[in-house]
Amino acid sequence: MTGYVVRRLCQSLVVLVGVTLVVFVLEHLIPGSLARAILGPRASPASIKAFETANGLDHPVVVQYAVFLGHLLEGNLGRSYRLNQSVDSLVAHQLPNDVLLVGTALVLALAIALPLGVAQALRRGKAFDHGATGVVFALYSTPSYCLGLLLVAGLAVAVRAFPPEAPQSAGLSGVLHDPRALVLPVLTLTLVNVALFSRYMRSAAVATLAEDFVTVARAKGSGGLGLVWRHVLRNSLAAVATLVGLSLPAVLTSGLVVEYLFNYPGVGLTYFTAASSSDYPVMLGITVLVGAATVLGSLLADVSYAVLDPRVRYG
Amino acid sequence: MASGPLVLEAGVEPGADPGGPPRRRALPQLVRHPLGAVGLGLLAAVVCFCFLGPVLYHSNQLRVDLFATNLPPGTGHPLGTDENGFDILGRLMAGGRSALEVGFGVAAAATAFGAAWGAVSGLLGGVADAVMMRVVDALIAVPAVFLLVFLATAFRPTTGVLIVALSALSWAGPARLVRAETLSLRSRQFVEAAVTSGARKGWIVRRHLLPNTLDTILVNATFQVADAIVVVAALSFLGFGLPPPAVSWGGMLSQGSSYLLDGYWWEVYPVLGLLVLTVLAVNFVGEALRDTLDVRQRRA
Repeated sequence: MTGYVVRRLCQSLVVLVGVTLVVFVLEHLIPGSLARAILGPRASPASIKAFETANGLDHPVVVQYAVFLGHLLEGNLGRSYRLNQSVDSLVAHQLPNDVLLVGTALVLALAIALPLGVAQALRRGKAFDHGATGVVFALYSTPSYCLGLLLVAGLAVAVRAFPPEAPQSAGLSGVLHDPRALVLPVLTLTLVNVALFSRYMRSAAVATLAEDFVTVARAKGSGGLGLVWRHVLRNSLAAVATLVGLSLPAVLTSGLVVEYLFNYPGVGLTYFTAASSSDYPVMLGITVLVGAATVLGSLLADVSYAVLDPRVRYG
Repeated sequence: MASGPLVLEAGVEPGADPGGPPRRRALPQLVRHPLGAVGLGLLAAVVCFCFLGPVLYHSNQLRVDLFATNLPPGTGHPLGTDENGFDILGRLMAGGRSALEVGFGVAAAATAFGAAWGAVSGLLGGVADAVMMRVVDALIAVPAVFLLVFLATAFRPTTGVLIVALSALSWAGPARLVRAETLSLRSRQFVEAAVTSGARKGWIVRRHLLPNTLDTILVNATFQVADAIVVVAALSFLGFGLPPPAVSWGGMLSQGSSYLLDGYWWEVYPVLGLLVLTVLAVNFVGEALRDTLDVRQRRA
């Protein structure tokens, strides 16, 4: 098993290098040049040349990539030319807000989707199962921005229960200071994740219920919550770990949209602002970060799967 | 999950029976499936609305009319007008056209390329397979919307550019699926029997591998249509979609949502409803296809 983890770790490193390569290629795909894109169409050739010398853009591409990788290894994600601030400090400032938003939504979504999936599996084919499947399916087919808008229209405009905008303080303590404004963004992201998780939870629980050990446990008189807790839930946990790890790209994408929709001060909104002002280094730095988070997520998913389910063969 | 531990699953071999693949009966079965019938019906209605609608219903979508802005539904404008005086009903049709074009275009291109990549990778095996799959992993690691927003700021998007860009970012899913299928098919008895009886590689690919993965590919492609429509609308909603005068559902939604407090419901709910309805219809068809084709697969 150690061998498997080491092999999987090496794979992840290779993929991570691949991500940096994708980002590096993108940086060089910008029409004209990076200098032209940042300094504007009316910059003089002299200032373009000066910018390129200052930022090492006059070196061969391979050297530039090596320098880029070296910076990343030092934890340097780049520098925003618009804000004259390092991407690191920008992200470090916003990341706690994202952990709060995405983390809360993930925990709440699991707290809803897990019991829901198991309950559906237990009443498989009954009215409750069909009803829940229908609701989740409708939720799944509703894009995050539509769902968010509907929630704003309902809970902020029609019934003035919650503010339509996220807390507008920059820091984490400021955001926490205004919990009512957090409700709609968190709710939107939670519902999106419930739709993502509960269908999967249902089929995982259905599969577990069909296992021999459940039949044996039932034959021995086990039933109700005891059966669910000891046998079904615990044996579906591996599936949940995989699920959370692998749905990270989808979760982060919804996060970007939700942060834009509610003007939530997170990395997603920073990405959006950077895109609006063509602040390429910020966009690329955040893209590397998102890629790294995804790679880490799927690595943890696979490893925890192997740890939680002893039947898995390390292929 | 191709790079992760594989949980082996004993299953039926759908294409192995000589009676022909169940796909030949797929269309009638799809229509008889309740979800399939509803999904296909809805989808046909949306397609007719978007492509035939403009033939029957003419509206101005080019000239800004400041004397007719934000008009509620009434005579002349069955669904009212937006902030520029454009007719909403006509705008829904125009936006739907580009949404459907991108959706089906991306699904076709990404599936074709991804399937080929996955089949080659699975057949070659060894180092080539490892390298090809790490490329797929790297591509999956970066969420498409982030890269699309970046590409949209660097290039001026058109429908064609959008299809190419989104396809280039979404072929990794089908590639993984087809590789996994190829790997499991390669060691099935009917393929081994074909190899033993001296079948050539091309024959095995054509007669055994392709027909048996086609079901999986088809189901996945259907869901990709829905995903592409959602992603492209998200891009327009964020303001990085097709530039004016092109019309998009996401752009309409974004524009209309700024009038939510003014009660201009006709600028938000028709487009929101149509978008959700379209995605729902495509997903219905996908679910029904998965049922009738007996594909055990969860959405990538």
